[in-house]
Amino acid sequence: MATPLRPRKESPRDFLATDGLLDDDEIMLRDTVRRYVADNILDHVGEWFDAGTFPIKEVAPAVGKLGLLGMHLEGYGCSGSSAMMYGLACMELEAGDSGLRSFVSVQGSLAMFPIWAYGSEEQKEEWLPPMAAGEAIGCFGLTEPDSGSDPSSMRTHAKQDPSGDWILNGAKMWITNGSVADVAVVWARTDEGVRGFVVPTDTPGFSAPEIHRKVSLRASVTSELILDNVRLPEAAVLPGVASLRGPLSCLNEARFGILFGAVGAGRACYEAALDYATTRIQFGGPIARFQLTQKKLVDFMVAVQKGTLTAYHLGRLKDQDMLSPAQVSFGKMTNVQMAIDVAREARSILGANGITTEYPVIRHMNNLESVYTYEGTNEIHTLVMGQAITGQNAFS
Amino acid sequence: MKVAVCVKQIPDPAVPGELDPSTNTLNRDDKLILDESDSFGVELALQLVEAAGGGSVTLVSMAPRSEVSGLRTALAMGADDAVLVSDDALAGTDALGTAKVLGAALGRVEPDLILAGVESSDGYTGTVPEQIAGVMGIASVTFAKKIEASDGMLSIQRQTDDGYDEVTCPMPALVSVTGGVVEPRYPSFKGIMAAKKKPVDQVGIADLGIDASAVGFAGSRQETVAVVDAEAREAGEIVIDEGEGFQRIADFLAELKVI
Repeated sequence: MATPLRPRKESPRDFLATDGLLDDDEIMLRDTVRRYVADNILDHVGEWFDAGTFPIKEVAPAVGKLGLLGMHLEGYGCSGSSAMMYGLACMELEAGDSGLRSFVSVQGSLAMFPIWAYGSEEQKEEWLPPMAAGEAIGCFGLTEPDSGSDPSSMRTHAKQDPSGDWILNGAKMWITNGSVADVAVVWARTDEGVRGFVVPTDTPGFSAPEIHRKVSLRASVTSELILDNVRLPEAAVLPGVASLRGPLSCLNEARFGILFGAVGAGRACYEAALDYATTRIQFGGPIARFQLTQKKLVDFMVAVQKGTLTAYHLGRLKDQDMLSPAQVSFGKMTNVQMAIDVAREARSILGANGITTEYPVIRHMNNLESVYTYEGTNEIHTLVMGQAITGQNAFS
Repeated sequence: MKVAVCVKQIPDPAVPGELDPSTNTLNRDDKLILDESDSFGVELALQLVEAAGGGSVTLVSMAPRSEVSGLRTALAMGADDAVLVSDDALAGTDALGTAKVLGAALGRVEPDLILAGVESSDGYTGTVPEQIAGVMGIASVTFAKKIEASDGMLSIQRQTDDGYDEVTCPMPALVSVTGGVVEPRYPSFKGIMAAKKKPVDQVGIADLGIDASAVGFAGSRQETVAVVDAEAREAGEIVIDEGEGFQRIADFLAELKVI
């Protein structure tokens, strides 16, 4: 039975009472992920970021146990949740760190989704259950050193030899989870169009050197994939798709998670700034009493609440199967931009403390530079919407 | 093995609480959540049933307005079902009255073992578990940190200031569980979805054969006559370190007998 709630003072953390737009199960799931992040991630992630590591072997099974890996997929050990719940989980994970959310996005939306949507029964049976449990790690190879926003320019190619085996050659770049993956979903040109390949990472000719010297997403593994005459059986190809529609549909799933996740990162920065401003004493009182500081805090609060409403609305559309890719672009573009703006300004409230990883803000700020660029840059999403409202294609 | 766990649904501790000035009781008008101190009992119960190779975990709770939010959390962790006593006549019930109500509800469950937290995180009376055992006429062991069950007997490590006692007792028994002794599992997505379908037996005091005059403000033998603010803490001693600060700290700690 629903509990009658009495009107109460606005909560600084949910000013518009947007929790009222969620049902009890959604709130329990959201609160569970929030608690998991508070108990297991927040105290350590600053150190992981400093050291440039991510303890994926510990985190993956734990997140798998919560049911968050491939959570919006049905069957094969996956949770079969609503899109809204997947979004809420992403929001809480990214309030911890964009690297954590990236791991979950890549595992679920980029590696598991294509196997689930386009794979053979054997591929699904082999890979999805261990991936849902976090016992097997997946990655997704689309972007290349010279092929980013324009994936149709990819050079990686696959040819079938007379035995029926496929031979893959090429290189992929900026691949999250690459060096720690057990399986890579690699997209390559073939005579029949762009095909996806399920590549066990112990296949001879496959290597995945880690990319270092990042100052963003440091608590996340980013790699290059090198495919040097990788020989795969005919059964390694994803049978269900033979065009760029395959990888683009995966990205659309992942972007949906990002448009929620970015709100989590923005909220974490706002809350850090609010806590700091109300406890930092200067000139005999908390700096939150200054008009300039209040202006910033209110701007953050309003921006995060608007981002939350956008995310919830798009989540409901997706669950009604009414969400278009251009609407996903709307959410990804505006919510990531919002989060970056909040992070940068929140950093200023924390003063010198704001430049250290003792506080979460600059970590989020740096991470969000990656989030701004990956899964469709802010500029590309702008042009997707530009085309949607004008009918004019800016890409050609 | 049939384990019952007493769980309390309390106002969210993250939200500043308030007292009703006319009764000096806690305002419980908002949504209530599972008392974290009860989550240890739920976890131990789930582990005991798993170790026994079968059985069930039943939650027993008393709450206003048929509140089930906190119960759903424990059901999502893996408990099988719940009995919820909710009745307008229960407003203002004291600790003993609560024990009578929960004892009557537990009587319907007929468990081998009843677990409870040592005390709730909102009322902190810390007397209800032993009062339940008294009302039901069964053995009671307090402050458990480890529980094993076999052949109708319980072996319990009972936390003390110096270590722990090893205690055995026959079932059925009531055991209060010290907070923090196990790590409560997180509800999984599947657990959350399954929790919706788990049965919650909602009963009133008439169903339990309890007269309204025995509970609530009417039956309460205790009354909170006044609430006063805690005394402000005195300022600590400030020591200026003139090269011997370490000695002062060491002396201070020695005085407290911590070194």
